[in-house]
Amino acid sequence: KIERSEQTEWMLAVRDDRDRAAFARLFGFFGPRIKGMLMRSGMSGAAAEDVVQDVMLAVWNKSAQFDPARAPVSAWIYRIARNRQVDLARKAARPLPEEIETETPPEADAGQILGLQQEGARLRDALARLGPEQREMIARAYLGDLTHSEIQAATGLPMGTIKSRIRLGLERLRHELKDLRS
Amino acid sequence: MTVTHHIHDSMLAAYAAGRLPQAFEMVVAAHVSLCDHCRAALETHQFVGGTLLETGQTEDLSAGALDTLMARLDDNLSEAPNEVAQVNRRMGIYPGPVARALGQRPPRWRAAGGGVRQTILFENGKSSARLLYIPGGMAVPDHGHNGTELTMVLQGAFHDETGHFGPGDVEIADESLEHTPIADPGPACICLAATDARLRFTSLLPRLAQPFLRI
Ligand SMILES: [Zn+2]
Ligand SMILES: [Zn+2]
Repeated sequence: KIERSEQTEWMLAVRDDRDRAAFARLFGFFGPRIKGMLMRSGMSGAAAEDVVQDVMLAVWNKSAQFDPARAPVSAWIYRIARNRQVDLARKAARPLPEEIETETPPEADAGQILGLQQEGARLRDALARLGPEQREMIARAYLGDLTHSEIQAATGLPMGTIKSRIRLGLERLRHELKDLRS
Repeated sequence: MTVTHHIHDSMLAAYAAGRLPQAFEMVVAAHVSLCDHCRAALETHQFVGGTLLETGQTEDLSAGALDTLMARLDDNLSEAPNEVAQVNRRMGIYPGPVARALGQRPPRWRAAGGGVRQTILFENGKSSARLLYIPGGMAVPDHGHNGTELTMVLQGAFHDETGHFGPGDVEIADESLEHTPIADPGPACICLAATDARLRFTSLLPRLAQPFLRI
């Protein structure tokens, strides 16, 4: 039986109860990882810490937008961190897609939350099964500072299992978006 | 709207990773606003990015980091979520990110030669994003590309050597393509066009006009 992850619980406590202890735990988990990602893309330690602060502050302030049926906490924070990093690098607001207006309360989608979480577990498995070189390449594509054409090469690698995980995730999401629109 | 020409998957991955030039980001953000297929693909890449973030390297934070952050929670200096939604609102045929670049005001068209009009949204060195207004039945002069050119149709349609493009469709042209896009007869074709290098016009007149067109 799969239960909601700790991170999901913390994030929901922040969103629904403005729970500071849960927020501190989220920071304890994601802070060092965001800093690791930013330093990987060439940022100094001090600059990375400033961005970590901004990102976590945005997590607190925008928590109402978090929908665990749409994206796991990690994906939501990854998106906020990349947006912030780009804004700072350019000193200009990054072009962002329109948000989808959702009306159904996320609580109604317990099954979807777990489904998404299972998808994440399978993706982690698939990543763990990659050879070290391919794993490093894909980590550099998503966490590092590859150029667009290098990312093209990395995401074009023949990585059977991870590709099929990505494809399945895509099918799922497309389905959910269709439901949201109808 | 039936979108048949989408953004390449590697470009969506590069957008998710924050590694795309600003002009191309504009097209990706505009297309994703209209296309659920590409939105799902983008969110899947963010899913992969988030999973890698969870399992990735950690770097220790400085001792006072948590206290500093907790002290800032009450300041609430950052923008309210609704503000973002407001500035990124769709305006007629213009998707949210384009409307935002226009300052939520209708474009101010300037003549670009041959009946074509344009509004520059963003320009930085060789990279630029602009809106093009091509009267029905009119051709954009024959040209090649020194880099990549993304063209997304917002209204009307055009066709060239590679196919037919309607609202929401994106044409991705690279160095190997020489083309003459022609607007369909009828209402003007309005496109969002982004390049990361200057275009190469093959006939004499547009080449002379290039410094004025700034494309
Ligand atoms: Zn698409
Ligand atoms: Zn062209």
